Amino acid sequence: MGRNKLDINHRLDYLSILDENGVAVPSLEPDIDEELHLKMYRFMLLGRLFDERMLALQRQGRIGTFPPISGQEAAQIGSVALLKKSDWFVPSFRETAAELMRGRSMENVLLYYNGYNEGTIIPPDQKDLPMSVPVASQILHAVGIGWAAGYRNSGEVVMTFFGDGATSEGDFHEGLNCASVYNTPVVFICQNNQWAISVPIARQTHSTTLVQKALAYDMAGIQVDGNDILAVYSATREAVERARRGDGPTLIECVTYRVMMHTTADDPKKYRSQDEVESWRARDPLTRYRTYLLNKSILTPEKQERLEREINDQIEKAVATAELKMKDLGDPLDMFDHLYQSLSPELQEQKKNLATYLETAHPVTGGEDHG
Amino acid sequence: MARMTMVEALNLALRQEMERDDSVILLGQDIGLDGGVFRVTDKLIEQFGDSRVVDTPLAEASIIGMAVGMAVHGLRPVCEIQFSGFAYENFHQLENHAARMRWRTRGRLTVPMVMRAPYGGGVRALEHHAESREAYWAHTPGLKVVVPSGPRNARALLASAIRDPDPVIFYEAKALYRAFREEVPETEELIPLGVSQVARPGKDLTIISYGAMLRHAIEAAEELSNQDRIEAEVIDLLTLSPLDDTLMARSIEKTGRCVVVHEAPRSYGPAAEISARIMEKSFYYLEAPIERVTGYDIIIPYFSREKHYIPHSGRIVHAARKCLNI
Ligand SMILES: Cc1ncc(C[n+]2csc(CCOP(=O)(O)OP(=O)(O)O)c2C)c(N)n1
Ligand SMILES: [Mg+2]
Repeated sequence: MGRNKLDINHRLDYLSILDENGVAVPSLEPDIDEELHLKMYRFMLLGRLFDERMLALQRQGRIGTFPPISGQEAAQIGSVALLKKSDWFVPSFRETAAELMRGRSMENVLLYYNGYNEGTIIPPDQKDLPMSVPVASQILHAVGIGWAAGYRNSGEVVMTFFGDGATSEGDFHEGLNCASVYNTPVVFICQNNQWAISVPIARQTHSTTLVQKALAYDMAGIQVDGNDILAVYSATREAVERARRGDGPTLIECVTYRVMMHTTADDPKKYRSQDEVESWRARDPLTRYRTYLLNKSILTPEKQERLEREINDQIEKAVATAELKMKDLGDPLDMFDHLYQSLSPELQEQKKNLATYLETAHPVTGGEDHG
Repeated sequence: MARMTMVEALNLALRQEMERDDSVILLGQDIGLDGGVFRVTDKLIEQFGDSRVVDTPLAEASIIGMAVGMAVHGLRPVCEIQFSGFAYENFHQLENHAARMRWRTRGRLTVPMVMRAPYGGGVRALEHHAESREAYWAHTPGLKVVVPSGPRNARALLASAIRDPDPVIFYEAKALYRAFREEVPETEELIPLGVSQVARPGKDLTIISYGAMLRHAIEAAEELSNQDRIEAEVIDLLTLSPLDDTLMARSIEKTGRCVVVHEAPRSYGPAAEISARIMEKSFYYLEAPIERVTGYDIIIPYFSREKHYIPHSGRIVHAARKCLNI
């Protein structure tokens, strides 16, 4: 009887290893071999350069609206690097860098953002879900996949991504709750980029951190400097190992920043100051990692130059291939396919009617961008 | 009078209703400083402050669920759901509560709220940003569903929706937001809910439509007039629920032929209900089967193919000729 302190564990860590000048805390440096370092760096750089290329393409009207990822490369690559090919990846919509590292092709991304359904095709050996636009909805799918992995005793781990805004949706809370109720092997990566379109984190939640929401579900959680790839990598490694051991889910809050617009249809000048953006640009995850790798002589200026050239070539090839492909795609009759395993008589009729109509070649008109 | 886009006209309606009645509160994502992703609430926060123009956390169920509570308390919340494709996150709050609070309490508690949401394709948007699912709401007893077709009626209908004593789903066609300008009077103008209008008079055929499709219906009527000397009467429904079946009956008694046009999928879509009403009211006046020009029974494809999904004047003319046997 009486009023006593509840015995609830409410300790949470914040992890940061690499400072803004690219200098690491030696005792915390994760054990990463040269090959993996270079691979992670390659995909971070690819994420950045592809983003820039896509922005140019969008401005030229060669693709539609898309959400840039610049500034969030460490949060994405440092985490997804820990997945095995046999693990599951359940993205949201701002994870292009992570998706590329998982094996999604740039052509596929370009097709998607230019309005081709072929852009969400998943290669047959890939255990990934297509990106999910309805905010937070994919979180529950990750939990279900994790549940199934447990049921099948497959040893697979599931990683899902979402933003700070997503933590306001019921699906987020329901997902965390179910994940811990069923002790599923899920790693929740929250990319807290400080903004959900025009709403800053301070108006999204009254909580001091997002990671503390894990406490409500007695789930392991950690907050990391999301622009520090070593911290993201270390925290995710712990979480993936925990999940693989059968010790349950983890919420990782990567504190990062959306340095670009929400999507190319957005104008951030309406709601945030350029000073704020600049202060975060100074904490750029890519520059920080590059300095670290140069200091360690894992990267050299020559290697960097070669890599950048290689990646740019790769991007240009992908753009060319995608644009060539687009010329062959777009048969309107394809839109009836894959809704069901087989077309119902009614749908067959509708498809036939459209085919007949198109044969008489009536003109149709297009539209303008927005999204 | 000023020439306004639909975005500006909706903004005018919101501003005037807020000036008129301090129980009108706006709720939604990015509706404050950003003015909404389509700018419908542009600058309203400057005039009314953040206690009346409320930027919410990213949660549709929070917006609509809170609006139910606010409305029960006597306020008139006007919610913006950023895209109608995300209103499923709040479906239960409308279906289970907003739509039946009055009914369950035998009139004691009411929910005078509006859910505004952009719908439809034609603007090269990403997936989930182009659907037309008005039939879901029109199928829910207890909700009213309004779909304006241009700046002037959008303004007058929104004002009526805000003053309406019951929950109203207000669907705004993205394709119309900035498509054209119309004269919109500064002074109050209301269009009663549940009343449709003749958008173009005619005697040979009735074309029934609403929202973004109305312009295509009128375009088709002009084409039929120029090429076939057929004068089609075009009816703009404006409200889908409750459906005004009087005006359409009167028109069909004159024309005997009818084409119904919508962007929503065909099966169980609004045209099915409209056709049934015509069969019930005007069967003996019909000289040909009713034609439907609609979206197909598939998800609207990503935008490179959407122009083949969305009905347009060509398809309407085609159906009209079939209906007219020419
Ligand atoms: C359920 C739902 N509501 C609204 C939207 C529109 N929308 C797209 S992204 C976004 C903000 C997302 O913010 P956050 O979760 O922080 O992710 P970020 O965009 O910053 O990566 C909104 C409101 C949506 N896609 N899904
Ligand atoms: Mg965010």
